[in-house]
Amino acid sequence: MSNLLLILAAFLASGVEMVEALTIVLALGVTRGWRSALIGAAVAAVALAVIIVLLGPALAFIPIGVLRLVIGTLLLIFGLQWLRKAILRASGYKALHDEEAIYRQEVAEARAAGQVVRAGIDWYAFTLAFKGVFLEGLEVAFIVVAFGSTEGGIPLAATGAALAFIIVGLAGLVIHRPLSQVPENTMKFAVGLMLTTFGIFWGAEGAGVAWPGSDLAIVAMLLFLMLVSLVAVRLLQAQRQQKISTAAIHLEAEVKS
Amino acid sequence: MSYLVRFLEFWYDFIVGDDWTVAIGVLVALGLTALLTRQGLDAWWLMPVAVVVLLALSLSRAIRRAGG
Repeated sequence: MSNLLLILAAFLASGVEMVEALTIVLALGVTRGWRSALIGAAVAAVALAVIIVLLGPALAFIPIGVLRLVIGTLLLIFGLQWLRKAILRASGYKALHDEEAIYRQEVAEARAAGQVVRAGIDWYAFTLAFKGVFLEGLEVAFIVVAFGSTEGGIPLAATGAALAFIIVGLAGLVIHRPLSQVPENTMKFAVGLMLTTFGIFWGAEGAGVAWPGSDLAIVAMLLFLMLVSLVAVRLLQAQRQQKISTAAIHLEAEVKS
Repeated sequence: MSYLVRFLEFWYDFIVGDDWTVAIGVLVALGLTALLTRQGLDAWWLMPVAVVVLLALSLSRAIRRAGG
């Protein structure tokens, strides 16, 4: 069960980041030519793979208790950031990620930028594609290493990430547009919940806790956090609605007077 | 700005993010859990409670910052 959750978390985290990276690469490919944009993206993908291959086995030398504590801490900090942003977006306090708008902005900037060609490569397209893929993928690389090293299953987490890479890549190739229909916030919500769940579980284990129910505690924790997050979204939505209504009443009163 | 400062800024932003109190809160909660467990109390309940509190505080700070 925890293995399945692990693959799912890696798949969703990679999927979300891949969608965002794809928007950048598409904008560059369409405006500046595909060769440099794709080379930049490929070099970044190789760099991320190298990080996973180097970091993964190196973590095997760290005592398991310390490793769980460190990895749990990092996952918790990452997870709470993802969860907070997802709750703020779901309740209307933060704008949803608009891939179409980001794509239009990237296209405009790529058209306006000057041309520097060296060794047959457009350096603007190469650098931006590299940065886009590398920065979006770095967190995923850490998640894959963290999940894999603690459970001894880098292949499991890497499978989830690779599946997302293939699906998003193929979708981008076929529809040739930013994947704006992907429910990004729902996916981010799920990733936030899973990272926070595994973070609590491993962090507390690293601190010496013995969980009641052993691995089943992961499922219980996930359900608990899901409930807490949904209640938070409802409360914030109601609070926001009330503020909007109050502001509208005040505005109406001002207009009348 | 020197490369070193930018490098450190990148990693701070990458790991800690836009609310440093969450990172500190997580460290304190885990430290407390370790302390209680060493005293013989299996404090498995502390982290879930701490996470709910940290999330609530972080959400309320984010809303205040956004002027909501």
